[in-house]
Amino acid sequence: MESTHVNMDETVKTRSVNDVLWSPHIIGFACNWCTYAGADLAGTSRMKYPASIRIIRLMCTGRIDPTYILKAFLEGVDGVFVGGCHPGDCHYQSGNHKAHRRIILTRKLLQQFGIEPERLRLEWISASEGARFAEIIGDFTETIRSLGPNRQKR
Amino acid sequence: MARIGVYVCHCGVNIASSIDVERVTKAAGKYHAVVVARNYAYMCSDPGQELIRKDIREHKLDRVVVAACSPRMHEVTFRKTCESAGLNAYCFEMTNIREQCSWVHENGDEATAKAVDLVFSSLSRAALLQPLTVQEVPVTPAALIIGGGIAGIQAALDIADSGFQVHLVEKTPSLGGHMARLDKTFPTLDCSACILTPKMVDVGNHSNIHLMTYAEVEKVEGFIGNYKATIRLKPRYVDMDQCTGCGLCAEECRLKDRIDSEFDSGMGKRSAVYVPFPQAVPLKYTVDEEHCLFLTRGKCGKEPACQAVCPTHAIDFSQKEKKVEVDVGTIVVATGFEPFDASRKPELAYSNYSNVITGLEFERLISASGPTGGKLIVNGREPRKVVFIQCVGSRDKNLGNEWCSRVCCMYAIKQAHLIREKVPDSRVTVLYMDLRCFGKGFEEFYDRVRSEGVIFRRAIGSEIYRKGEGLAVRCEDTFLGQAVEIEADLVVLSAGLEPGTGSIDVSKVLKLSRSADGFLMEAHPKLRPVDTATDGVYLAGCCQGPKDIPDTVAQAKAAASSALIPMIRGKVFVEPISAQVNDDICCGCRVCEAMCEYKATVFDEEKGVMTINAALCKGCGSCAGACPTGAMTIRHYTDDQIFAQVESLSRPFTDE
Ligand SMILES: Cc1cc2nc3c(=O)[nH]c(=O)nc-3n(C[C@H](O)[C@H](O)[C@H](O)COP(=O)(O)OP(=O)(O)OC[C@H]3O[C@@H](n4cnc5c(N)ncnc54)[C@H](O)[C@@H]3O)c2cc1C
Ligand code: FES
Repeated sequence: MESTHVNMDETVKTRSVNDVLWSPHIIGFACNWCTYAGADLAGTSRMKYPASIRIIRLMCTGRIDPTYILKAFLEGVDGVFVGGCHPGDCHYQSGNHKAHRRIILTRKLLQQFGIEPERLRLEWISASEGARFAEIIGDFTETIRSLGPNRQKR
Repeated sequence: MARIGVYVCHCGVNIASSIDVERVTKAAGKYHAVVVARNYAYMCSDPGQELIRKDIREHKLDRVVVAACSPRMHEVTFRKTCESAGLNAYCFEMTNIREQCSWVHENGDEATAKAVDLVFSSLSRAALLQPLTVQEVPVTPAALIIGGGIAGIQAALDIADSGFQVHLVEKTPSLGGHMARLDKTFPTLDCSACILTPKMVDVGNHSNIHLMTYAEVEKVEGFIGNYKATIRLKPRYVDMDQCTGCGLCAEECRLKDRIDSEFDSGMGKRSAVYVPFPQAVPLKYTVDEEHCLFLTRGKCGKEPACQAVCPTHAIDFSQKEKKVEVDVGTIVVATGFEPFDASRKPELAYSNYSNVITGLEFERLISASGPTGGKLIVNGREPRKVVFIQCVGSRDKNLGNEWCSRVCCMYAIKQAHLIREKVPDSRVTVLYMDLRCFGKGFEEFYDRVRSEGVIFRRAIGSEIYRKGEGLAVRCEDTFLGQAVEIEADLVVLSAGLEPGTGSIDVSKVLKLSRSADGFLMEAHPKLRPVDTATDGVYLAGCCQGPKDIPDTVAQAKAAASSALIPMIRGKVFVEPISAQVNDDICCGCRVCEAMCEYKATVFDEEKGVMTINAALCKGCGSCAGACPTGAMTIRHYTDDQIFAQVESLSRPFTDE
């Protein structure tokens, strides 16, 4: 269900428990050099995408410890997005490859927790791909919407 | 407990028009550690910054959060504000509620709710921030310049003239780049070689410039002030110290006049041992591995002719590739462009007819030093009917080349003028989409050439085919809305500018971003046009995007002065964001060791724990991401700081 014109306090309340007015709630991890810059470019170019995502900025996706992702899901977040530099473009040589491997592993762990692995999405988005960033967030939001709320939610 | 001041920026209406700034401020004020929460029209303005300084002093703030634009825009600004009021720069945290919130979300309530969440995420992180000390490191007083076109030449001269060492690396056997191949230059028609050659000679003779031609940069390590570059010198099979440039070798070469000259775009011929053009710097010969009979077949007559004739015995077929390492403080990338390959538009029949040529080929054809000695001869005849087709490979979405190449209008106008000068009774038609004569003196030049009788027709050339003895160009006249056929005995395709493979290679070595068009990306399109996202690496010339010579030179001078700043200063500050090990928790498993690309992890055998060499560590966090015990962490990106953000964002703010 779309919640377009509810006031803030209401959105906030409903997000935690109430499935009726539920809308996807996504945490993103973006590397400073590519995806965070790409997200900035989407803004500078005034592209529009759903307000479902809140980004945590890290220097590199290689910094991501799988426990950050698990923590987010156990806290009830509906989706986790990880965005890094394209293969070969990581500012620190290969942090993105390391992230890639860790994400694969984390997806397996999620399954064991009974969390759909599709709720975790990894994308390579460069500093010039503002439009792509907006597109992917739109698309991922739809994926999460079709999966429904994270069942871990208390 | 921390004492946090939080400041929400309106950014005029950029933020305030979709985010309820008051509401965000009020919500932020409820965070337990917040001492003051304010909002202001422009936080980055002088009064905005003063607001922060005053509060730091009066309210004894020990953490500051500003919710405004992207930290990539103003984090540095506000860090300085904090420092000037005595607060450590790393106790500052910025929330991006503009680029990643107000500008991308239409619904005001949703945007406001997100802004509140983001501010809370920053607050929870801010509460755990630790003051860090910035390291000061000396700057190696030398610069590396990659690419020896006019951009690299100008940057090298400016830096060298300031008294610093320059290592200039050029891929081909000579300096000069594309400018060396041009005949006259618009809009003033100075002869390209006349203005370029003296600069090339200056570079060659400059005591502060170490020129490496026929060379490429293979690897770059380090950081601003302290880069180490590995340069691969391809074998020339000529001893540079012995070669006098006399040219006897090329005269005697058994393949003389049998190999297409790259410099003359294949229209002229050269030997297998060659200099690209007579004014080459350095004026040293190079044996072309790909063609030389001795190098390809192991045999060239009884004895290689070049070797037999060389008076100084400079020919040396035993030469091998060499590698040299140079230490530099800053790097200027000036790798230029490559012309669009016109055969990618088969309808224009570039590959089919020898009288369909590109703009660059035309430059060689009309040049007094070119293959015809400057005589305009095509297929043995002087052309009388010439058609120029503009925007070949530019402004073409189907090819994926959306950009305007910025020089083709002007070079076609110049070339049209040169034809009329040589063949006054010729009929010259320029088929254009739009004419863009934007530079100083450009419009005046266009006006002059038009009044000289060159025909400018707003038409899109769609097909070229043989007609009788000559050619016919089919085009759509976009004023008349009519298909027209124009006869021609020479067609010049104004091929656009593309990012070259040389630039792409360098972008991989230096980890530079490229824009959507593939050219190298500047740190900010307006305010930091020659900086890259990597400190100490700057861009000059067409590698950053198509531009003419005046703009290239201006940018090269800008890049040189940017590169000079840290060198003149003599020291740079290094971000203290680096890895740190907690001895008590480290189990000595050494998992992190394999993760580190910089060999910054050093195992302490005695204690059985890992240690970090902070000078090598870049703070990427690959080690910490892999550490099974949580002993490894990154300053300013610690586990608890990140967990605090995850937790805060997982439990959205409720206005209870
Ligand atoms: C047909 C034509 C006509 C033109 N006419 C005019 C004119 O009349 N007036 C005008 O103002 N402008 C004109 N221009 C534009 C002009 O050519 C450019 O502005 C200028 O050449 C840009 O210089 P640059 O140094 O940036 O690049 P380039 O000239 O391309 O030089 C780049 C250099 O870097 C080297 N290089 C590339 N990759 C590497 C690597 N990885 N390692 C080491 N070296 C590398 C290349 O070999 C080359 O020497 C014309 C352009 C064309 C195509
Ligand atoms: S810096 Fe972008 S993924 Fe490593």
